[in-house]
Amino acid sequence: MARILDKRLIFVTGKGGVGKSTVAAALGVVAARAGKRTVVCEVAQQERMSALFHQKGVGYQETEIAENLFAFSIDPQKALEEYLLLQIKVKPLYDLMFRNRIFTYFAAATPGMRELVTIGKVWELSQLDRRVKKGVKYDLVIVDAQATGHGIAMLRTPKTFGDIARVGPIKRQAETIYEFITDPSLTSVCAVALPEEMPVNETLDFKRRLKDELELKLDRVFMNGIYPVLFNEREASSIELRYEEEVAGSDRSGVAIARRAALRAAVAEHGRAHAHHEQVERLKEGAKQEPVELPFLFSPEIDMDAIERLADILEEAL
Amino acid sequence: MNVGELLEGKQICICAGSGGVGKTTTSAAIAMEMAARGGKVAVLTIDPAKRLANALGLRELGNEERLVDPQRFAEQGIEMKGELWAMMLDAKRTFDDLIERHAPDEETRDRVLGNRIYQELSNAMAGSQEYMAMEKLYELHQEARYDLLVLDTPPTRNALDFIQAPERMTRFIEGRSLQFFLRPGRLGMRVVGRSGGMLFSVLKRITGIDLLQDLSDFFQSFGDMAKGFSERAQRVNDLLAEKRTTFLLVSAPEREPIDEAVFFWRRLREAKLPFGGVIVNKVHPDYLQVAEHAGGLDIEQTLEQLPNELERSLNGTEAAASLARRIAQNFSNYRLLAERDRHNIERLTDHLPARRVIEVPYLDTDVHDLDGLAEVNRYLFSSDTERREILNRIMV
Repeated sequence: MARILDKRLIFVTGKGGVGKSTVAAALGVVAARAGKRTVVCEVAQQERMSALFHQKGVGYQETEIAENLFAFSIDPQKALEEYLLLQIKVKPLYDLMFRNRIFTYFAAATPGMRELVTIGKVWELSQLDRRVKKGVKYDLVIVDAQATGHGIAMLRTPKTFGDIARVGPIKRQAETIYEFITDPSLTSVCAVALPEEMPVNETLDFKRRLKDELELKLDRVFMNGIYPVLFNEREASSIELRYEEEVAGSDRSGVAIARRAALRAAVAEHGRAHAHHEQVERLKEGAKQEPVELPFLFSPEIDMDAIERLADILEEAL
Repeated sequence: MNVGELLEGKQICICAGSGGVGKTTTSAAIAMEMAARGGKVAVLTIDPAKRLANALGLRELGNEERLVDPQRFAEQGIEMKGELWAMMLDAKRTFDDLIERHAPDEETRDRVLGNRIYQELSNAMAGSQEYMAMEKLYELHQEARYDLLVLDTPPTRNALDFIQAPERMTRFIEGRSLQFFLRPGRLGMRVVGRSGGMLFSVLKRITGIDLLQDLSDFFQSFGDMAKGFSERAQRVNDLLAEKRTTFLLVSAPEREPIDEAVFFWRRLREAKLPFGGVIVNKVHPDYLQVAEHAGGLDIEQTLEQLPNELERSLNGTEAAASLARRIAQNFSNYRLLAERDRHNIERLTDHLPARRVIEVPYLDTDVHDLDGLAEVNRYLFSSDTERREILNRIMV
């Protein structure tokens, strides 16, 4: 199997709030460092990449944010217009259609149309012979996708449309896209999880659905935000014992309170690190694969520094 | 401010917020306490963690409310004066039920249910799950069997998807203008005229005829139901704006969920929907600040002394110095998070009307049983002062 960075397209999905954008951005940094011309592409129009890379509104424009690294945010409406212009070719006819608002209706009325043009645009970005005039040729496209449920719906759309439309360009194109995203040498589908019950369940469920509904393999799982093990078991029990004695004591001085607070934070940290370890094990067992482990970052916010740190770790792991 | 006060006189409580902030747990906790106080309460949840579902006796997607066995509360020493009912929502089935209710005859019903466009719509369309959650809420509200309904909303990345769901559904159903256009040769042709005929042929060429055929079939069979359907969507929408409804926004103290909560609050205000308050889960309490607030602690001076103090306290433990150092290091990491949380919550309170933020600390273990819900409720249902006292008591 090709190394993940040697593929053309990486989908990053996962439960809400697990750090999909962060992991997608860090993967982008790793790829760019390796000399690959990379675009990190958002689909939910949340401008997360702008925030992470301190750029003003990336928007529907391939914006270079660092050497070899681009960001892009897909607006389905714009993607649809772009697609139709490419299809119809005759500009006056195209203008006529948009003046009549027919396609606006059509796109709004057809369930899955937004998803189809979005994934179609993702596919277009990943082609070496770009359909878009003067489009940059990318070595790698990384998609910061929607949360698992909508993410899988988007991956399924080309197949659905390929089945529903029996003839015509949409069918042909949907099938081309489907072949591309289901070819493991070209496309990698990854999940981000946190070492907690619900994200792990959702990841396992996602893996099953990928297999059942799309005959796809979950390539990598990124286990994000793992607490470090700071204390061994013996130390942990001494800390707990000290904490209980301190709390039972009558010393109400400031330093006594600080001691208690620090001991309590240590007890909680140890408990969490232990629980995280168990969840990582549960994932390994359930998914029968080794996740890429990423540590919890004790920083006030996920900024460029934090992303570079994660990129360092990913560089080692991938 | 506490959740009890926010829910006074309310019949519907909608818990909304971005993914991963603890909406399901919060909804279940609120419903449990309101039932414990004597109400007949139902919680509608989307996708609870298995262990929480088990704790509530919810083993499968039933789409019907079930009474949580009172024995379960008794076992945990929780006094339950009322009744707690719980339901796991099945969005697709709710949609199917709705079609069943509105279809004029069996044939139409079967034609809609069997249509591929419908199947895609009921499964995947962004917003349909959100809308179905409201639809179920409306149905239960109409039946008037409960004092309070608590709705746990689906995990949307964008909170707006939720409040816009009825509108989007209506717009979709009323997008029947397309229907004329899809039936050339009838009234539609006259409406769109000659250029329409040409457009139709382009559209046909791009999409492939069958896709249009399915869409056309769908709108034709849906046509007879559309009126009833959009009227209902309108009533669902009205229910959200009622004065006996309240929105509680659930959040976490990181930058993104806080921004999302502020954004959602603004949209609620614009849409004139009733805002209750914001619940911020997983807050790292700054115990030193609590103690400082209570009087008698100089934080900086204390932190300087801390490593030595810890080493002295751990005297006799193997490698006490190294251990003390690591504990102090961990505590300084912890305080970074506590500071981040305080900063983000301040940003939140700057935007909102006064005293509408309720903080729940990051508990030592994840909540997945009734005991855990009761622990959460100690914070949700106490006043600001009481909450501070609980935290202070932990240390003193």
